[in-house]
Amino acid sequence: MAFYRAHVLVCGGFPCVAAGCRAVRDAIERSVKEHGLEREVRVVETGCLGPCDLGPIVVVYPEGTVYARVTVGDASEIVDEHLLKGRAVRRLEYTGHLPSVSLTDDKRTDYFEVQERIVLENVGLIDPDSIEEYIGRDGYHAAGVALTSMSPDEVIETIKSSGLRGRGGAAFPTGVKLGFTARAGADQKYIVCNADEGEPGTFKDRLILEGDPHKVIEGMVILGYSVGASMGYVYIRGEYYLSIERIERAIEEARKYGLLGADMFGSGFNFDIEVKKGAGAYVCGEETALIESMEGKRGEPRQKPPYPGTCGLWGKPTVVNNVETIANVPPIIRSGADWFRQFGTPTSPGTKVYTLTGDVNNKGLIEVPMGITLREVIYGVGGGIPGGRRFKMAQTGGTAGGCLSEAHLDIPMDYENLQKAGSALGSGALLIIDDSHCIVDIACTLLRFFEHESCGQCTPCREGTRRLCDIFRKTRELAATEDDLKLARELAEVMQSSSLCALGQSVAVPLFTIMDHYADEIEAHLEGCCPAGVCRRLPTGADEAVCATSQTGGGIK
Amino acid sequence: MKSLNDLKKIKERAQAMTELREGTEETRIVVGMGTCGIAAGARDTLAAVVDEINTRKLRHVAVTQTGCIGMCEYEPIVDVIRQGEPKVTYGRVTPEKARQIIASHVVNGQVVGDLVISSK
Repeated sequence: MAFYRAHVLVCGGFPCVAAGCRAVRDAIERSVKEHGLEREVRVVETGCLGPCDLGPIVVVYPEGTVYARVTVGDASEIVDEHLLKGRAVRRLEYTGHLPSVSLTDDKRTDYFEVQERIVLENVGLIDPDSIEEYIGRDGYHAAGVALTSMSPDEVIETIKSSGLRGRGGAAFPTGVKLGFTARAGADQKYIVCNADEGEPGTFKDRLILEGDPHKVIEGMVILGYSVGASMGYVYIRGEYYLSIERIERAIEEARKYGLLGADMFGSGFNFDIEVKKGAGAYVCGEETALIESMEGKRGEPRQKPPYPGTCGLWGKPTVVNNVETIANVPPIIRSGADWFRQFGTPTSPGTKVYTLTGDVNNKGLIEVPMGITLREVIYGVGGGIPGGRRFKMAQTGGTAGGCLSEAHLDIPMDYENLQKAGSALGSGALLIIDDSHCIVDIACTLLRFFEHESCGQCTPCREGTRRLCDIFRKTRELAATEDDLKLARELAEVMQSSSLCALGQSVAVPLFTIMDHYADEIEAHLEGCCPAGVCRRLPTGADEAVCATSQTGGGIK
Repeated sequence: MKSLNDLKKIKERAQAMTELREGTEETRIVVGMGTCGIAAGARDTLAAVVDEINTRKLRHVAVTQTGCIGMCEYEPIVDVIRQGEPKVTYGRVTPEKARQIIASHVVNGQVVGDLVISSK
């Protein structure tokens, strides 16, 4: 293993790729060669470093200097000044500290103190394409220990007592889920990693897969061993090109090292993984629709029960888990359930990875302990709201999550407390909205999304989402009446109780929280006034031309 | 992968790759790369330091650079800071002398007395 005196890590998460990090990386490599430094300096493309709006980000070790918004033109200056002469380029330096930059305590500052990294422990610190770097950071150790010295039941027991719950949205206890499948008698069982994250504003699974793909593979191996499955699938959005590229390469590497395949660690246990690409339908994140899609059918949810745990893919017992849930498994097996329980709250142990977006200064990927407050996230990690504007609303868990108002800033964010507030932790999207936006306008945007994504299989969802859209558009045009809103509530209630899957059922979650927490603002719209000054009455006769729904008439679909 | 031991072997090899990023080094070697240092040949000295570390497969060593510290006539200047020991500054370090410093001071803890210009 050659010694390099400096490592240059270029963030290769997709937000940075979009910001042009690949060109920056190439420029740095070119410049390193020009200076004859290629045997002294190593350039590594790594996973997401966190603050996505600062990209492309470059970190230079051993100093741990962070450069933000680096352009191709800056590359030669960084090489010339920093890598050759040892002078940090101050004008590009980002002085806030990133938790991913170093795991040693002395480099942490208050600013990022609230962050705790379990899932993201390697993201942004290692080269995701190098299995050896992962192994160097204790990778595959948990799988080795589980396969050689633990019984499948012990693995399940450990996960059960760690209190790990599904991080994809439904929050079902992972250990219990494994128990169902372990007990089911079948000649073949499957592990499915749900990487079809479709919640708008959520991109954490994508960044976990991009930044530390081997961790997901290791987690799947352990889960496979615990339930007796020999085959795993990663069901991933087709447009997640970089994640697909990285996970496929990682699977290949793992096979080469004998960390996938036959008789792993001499235990007699066989396991392999294949990648299945989805076509990017929101409903396919629902586990039974996902399974249908994997079987080559139309992605429509199944009737439940039976649940996938006993009758899933090809009718065989199948464990479907979210990427983040799976990424929690190796650390739990490695360090034990008690260690895991020291993070978070007694009922929601561990951490949660959020994608922080919207009206907040530091947008990006964060991992914080369960139970920290919204205020700590927005004003601590998030660095406050731009322009000093006032906080209006936070939506947790993506479009299907509830909306929290100012009154909820200090409730601990964990499964129970968010549920009490009418919301959910969900997928980990955290959308922050300031007071320049109108709540009715926001509701319209959300409802339009559901209308578009409804698969059309069941009537309550298909028709309900469209009618709700109509009502809120009317409210936005300051033309709705109290009866309209009553109808909206009734519709959402019917959808909640009679829709086939979570898509239709969950429309009520954001809608009711909005209608309850912002009742005054919505009422003002009935009286012809939008307090935020966003909504306007349309000129008479304009409705037909503007409103897409009335254009298509809402007839036969 | 047939046993945990196989994994351990790879791990030991692999740790060398990432430890630089974790700030856990035990020895730090600082090479003066100001204009004066570069003019006096510090670039070759630096390359020799890296090369020697590679040849000897040394672990837990970090190599950084610094600017002019005001003693231009002594360039190339190299500092060796071993954890818990005073910083030793060497002057007029040619590539050969750099290799000697690594062998003697970094590896064996023996300060190369006749090259020292300051120690505190």
